[in-house]
Amino acid sequence: MVSRRLKWLAAPYILWMGVFVVSPLVIVTFFAFTARDGGFGLDNFLQLRAFAPVFARSFYLAFLATAVCLLLGYPFAYALSRESARVQGAALLLVMLPMWMNFLLRTYAWMNILENNGLINRFLGNFGIGPLQLINTQGAVVLGMVYNYLPFMILPVFTVIQKIHASLIEAAQDLGGNARVVFARVVFPLSLPGVLSGITMVFVPSASTFIISKLLGGGKVLLLGDLIEMQFLGNAYNLHLGSAISIVMMLLVVLCMTVMNRFGDRGDVIYV
Amino acid sequence: MKKALSVAALALTAALALTACAGGPRIIVYNWGEYFDEELNAAFTKETGVKVVYRTFDTNEILYASMKSGGVAYDVIIPSDYMVGLLIEEDMLQPLDKGKLSNYGDVMEMYRDLEYDPGGRYSVPYMTGSVGIIYNTTKVTKPVESWDILWDPDYEGQIIIFDNSRDALGIALKKLGYSFNTTSENELREALAALIEQKPLLQAKMMDQIFDKLTSGAAAIGTYYAGDFIEMRKDNPDLAFVWPKEGTNVFVDAFCIPKNAKNPDGAHMYIDYMCRAESGLANVDVTGYSTPLQSVYEQLDEDWLEDGISYPEGGILQYGEVFKSLPKATRELYDRLWTDYNAAS
Amino acid sequence: MKAARRGLIGAIGLFLYAPIFVLIVFSFNASKSQMVWGGFTLSWYGDLFRDNLVLSSLYTTLSIGVLASALSSVIGTAAAIGFHAMRRKPRGVCLQVNNIPVVNPDIITGVSFRLLFVVFLSLFAAIGLDLQLGFVSLLLAHMSFCIPYVILSVLPKLGQMGANVYEAALDLGAHPLAALRKAVLPEIMPGVVSGFIISFTLSIDDFMISYFTSGTAVQTLPVTIYSMTRKRISPEINALSTIMFLSVLLLLILVNVLQSKDTKKHKRT
Repeated sequence: MVSRRLKWLAAPYILWMGVFVVSPLVIVTFFAFTARDGGFGLDNFLQLRAFAPVFARSFYLAFLATAVCLLLGYPFAYALSRESARVQGAALLLVMLPMWMNFLLRTYAWMNILENNGLINRFLGNFGIGPLQLINTQGAVVLGMVYNYLPFMILPVFTVIQKIHASLIEAAQDLGGNARVVFARVVFPLSLPGVLSGITMVFVPSASTFIISKLLGGGKVLLLGDLIEMQFLGNAYNLHLGSAISIVMMLLVVLCMTVMNRFGDRGDVIYV
Repeated sequence: MKKALSVAALALTAALALTACAGGPRIIVYNWGEYFDEELNAAFTKETGVKVVYRTFDTNEILYASMKSGGVAYDVIIPSDYMVGLLIEEDMLQPLDKGKLSNYGDVMEMYRDLEYDPGGRYSVPYMTGSVGIIYNTTKVTKPVESWDILWDPDYEGQIIIFDNSRDALGIALKKLGYSFNTTSENELREALAALIEQKPLLQAKMMDQIFDKLTSGAAAIGTYYAGDFIEMRKDNPDLAFVWPKEGTNVFVDAFCIPKNAKNPDGAHMYIDYMCRAESGLANVDVTGYSTPLQSVYEQLDEDWLEDGISYPEGGILQYGEVFKSLPKATRELYDRLWTDYNAAS
Repeated sequence: MKAARRGLIGAIGLFLYAPIFVLIVFSFNASKSQMVWGGFTLSWYGDLFRDNLVLSSLYTTLSIGVLASALSSVIGTAAAIGFHAMRRKPRGVCLQVNNIPVVNPDIITGVSFRLLFVVFLSLFAAIGLDLQLGFVSLLLAHMSFCIPYVILSVLPKLGQMGANVYEAALDLGAHPLAALRKAVLPEIMPGVVSGFIISFTLSIDDFMISYFTSGTAVQTLPVTIYSMTRKRISPEINALSTIMFLSVLLLLILVNVLQSKDTKKHKRT
């Protein structure tokens, strides 16, 4: 039996959680339900109807980014799982390395590449094409999300695929399954937990970013994150409205994740 | 080995915690980005021993949000006219002690008693300037005379405007023939509609990045400041500057000391230092904006005076409309409209 | 088949590294332009090392990173041991609450901390204590999002540990503290270390939460980088990226070399 006396060691942190996890959320909720001049009410939430397009845009772009990450990341992880341990180690290192560089710098890198007179347009210009409007578009924002969060898809998927026992696959082959059947019936279902956690890890930060949209969207592609940032530190100071948007966003994210976890066989999300 | 490591970690932790609190007298200065000769800060520290923590903001509204939400105490801030007025109204500034500002006498008479700060009790002008349209003459062949050019579909994807509510809505108001300082909700809503109509034509809306966008030729036409234009033209001679015929915004940015400043003495020393002729000249050189200091003006090279934009006859303020601080209801409407504008697709 | 596989891996690698490569190349560009090559220079590196704001924010980032991850490891490890010793139900509740900062979008954590600090500071101001956002608020915020990860990496190790390790040490006459230190801690040390490393990386990489909790006087490097991207282009950013990339690369190579030496040693014995 584990010694129950040791539970007191958690006391400081439970106090900490009270102050730094629970009470901030209580305060946000309080702000969301009060108006600028102090009255209680749902005013802030009623205002949100006007921002339905922003909610829609954020979730749509985050969905696109997640889908692209899955389409790129899954085959990559699968291909990698068939390589030797040496190649795997090196490739994983290569995938993780950019993650250690600040994501602002990674996003900044694309600004110059996509610029109207940037590298891509200069290159295309040699063939008489363009200049194309690449930066400050929704496409650029999705690209930024994919670039930044692709490793979040690759790593969990790879971890799960790699753990699928080779003997399972061999057994399926021995039973007469061709490559496609083996993949569809064995590998893919078993890799679903990794896919689900990958989806969560790409979707949540994509839906809530404001940096990528600022740097690559030129202030034209407003996302939920921008909307919140504007109310707190930006050009339209209204903490109450900002809190209301935050609450709704949080609920939507929780909702999405619950649905996704239902959808998968396993309820838990893997964090790498 | 392990023990040595943990002792080292502890020592490092303690040292870090201590140095974080250490330091002599210092002031925190909050200014517009790209708007100062930052070498002056080092010179100031060298002379006075007061360290300068120098930070920058993009727009007056960001400065306001940062001060309003609390938790920061700047010593010197440099907002624009209408924001000075608002901060005075909200009792967020302290009156300046002119006895500590030995160089205040050098401020030109016409900038000492302005509407936003009657009698100049709370502010000392830093620079003045004007907004205009800057365009690339190789790409924009139509005559540029009016704000309407920013709504011209021929330049779709080539237009950049300011990314803040007061400037953007202001330009739309002027285009429609209204005042920058209107409090009429109808006029403001019309301006919002005009901006939303313009949105598909924009390449971007931004602040300090406009400089590079226009000089590098990534965009053909944009709103920006006369002062920067002088620098921009050096990099790209194809650029031209115009005051639209409907009228433009002229402004004064001024040093102020917030009420909760931690080191008001240091702040006064700083402002006084920046009002010296050498400092003023250095700042004009770096920023290109127009000085309100008499002795700086007298020492300027001829070519500063030639263009008729930086130092027009009788002072810049006659050549456009100054933003005024607006009543609370209108300010909240601005916040609301600006959020709506950004949300619109 | 193998060629296709390798091709795919290579293409994704190219996608991940091409932008970084461009950044690095242009950090040596004598012209300010990010598009046209104007000759080789190292002057942007010189500018970078003379840039007080960059240096002081680097210092802030590192000191917050070290302090936050060290303190988080201590509090988090203690909390994990405590959670482990709890009955099922209360432990479940605690873990749920502990998961909130992990699951919540960073921006929500950031703005909620900001509101918390704003409310607290105004309460302090009411009793005559005039405090500012700064180093301490940053540190508290960073610890708050680091501790949950320490707990999540220590708990599994506690699960793997024999249930009676602590009791046995006590039975053998060890002082409770000594029992923890000598019997429990060595068992869970790998979890503590990985918790520390995760915390440190999260802390030095964080932008969102620092952005909302740092006030202005004290800035972390990511916040400074953000303000740099909002101004005129300066290849200083490229120089900074290059240095960061190279240091991470070196660090990873070093870790790998050490690890492979370690495994070789293990194989031999």
